[in-house]
Amino acid sequence: MSSSSSYNSPCAACKFLRRKCIPGCIFAPYFPPEEPQKFANVHKIFGASNVTKLLNELLPHQREDAVNSLAYEAEARVRDPVYGCVGAISFLQRQVERLQKELDAANADLIRFACNDIQAAGQLPPPAAPQAVASTHMVPAQQPRPAGGWGGRFYQTPSFPVIPYSSMPWNDNYNPHGGVDGSI
Amino acid sequence: MNSGRCAACKHLRRRCLSDCIFSPYFPPNNPRRFAYVHKIYGASNVGKILKDLPVSRRAEAADSLYYEAYCRIKDPVYGCVGLITILHQQIYNAQWQLDRIQAEIAALSTTTDHRSQSEVQQVENVGSSFLPDQNGVHDSNSFYDISNWFD
Repeated sequence: MSSSSSYNSPCAACKFLRRKCIPGCIFAPYFPPEEPQKFANVHKIFGASNVTKLLNELLPHQREDAVNSLAYEAEARVRDPVYGCVGAISFLQRQVERLQKELDAANADLIRFACNDIQAAGQLPPPAAPQAVASTHMVPAQQPRPAGGWGGRFYQTPSFPVIPYSSMPWNDNYNPHGGVDGSI
Repeated sequence: MNSGRCAACKHLRRRCLSDCIFSPYFPPNNPRRFAYVHKIYGASNVGKILKDLPVSRRAEAADSLYYEAYCRIKDPVYGCVGLITILHQQIYNAQWQLDRIQAEIAALSTTTDHRSQSEVQQVENVGSSFLPDQNGVHDSNSFYDISNWFD
């Protein structure tokens, strides 16, 4: 009687491959029979033997995450055969860059406001002759009071490191037509 | 036109035919590119993916397959999905920071507005202290009485 190691029916992989699901089947813990599409996608893009090799190179506690990320990539590739996940990465990188620019602009605005606040609340020039129109600075000198969470310091935002381009294959001796060594 | 075998056919040790699906995208001077995609996807899967696409899209597909294969080799557990997670986190953090800074700007501008209004009010008070009250008397005890500024 065929059975998976932890299910009464064969796992989705063995069902798909039409083979006996033996105890200890490497796919059984990660491809339950209720999710046939998950294995179908992974098989279509990566192939069962490649997935087996990948999983065998990992420690058991890493395999679930690896399978889930492979399933994610496979589904992305099925939906977008040209770009797969890379399309999402490009989109998200652009969002990060846009937000970084907005942060820089907001930070500059905050500094400007803070400076104006200090000027408005700081030492005032002596008043002019009585017949001069009273200026708006006729307020006794006060210490500048921080507003909100400013606390008297300028709010500095750290720069968010976008994916370091040095680690991208585009910059890692990447040359689709150039010469690199073939070692993996 | 390639004078020799493409990187794929060299790797697979076979003849590189004139209509080889791989040769435009896996040139012989970049053997690592094909080696990576072959390790992760397998040559036949890559060939199927490319064949199912119009010719005009195959170069981009080959590039993205190489990118994903590279990421998977560097990070066998998460591959390029790890990058997506990091990017989502960066976006979340950046948005949170932006919201916070904008709230601080709003608070500062409210403080500035209140101070300006208060200054305007004080100016009016001072101005009015120059004016005699309805009995024609100056009030020298008004808060911003400037009459003694020039003592």
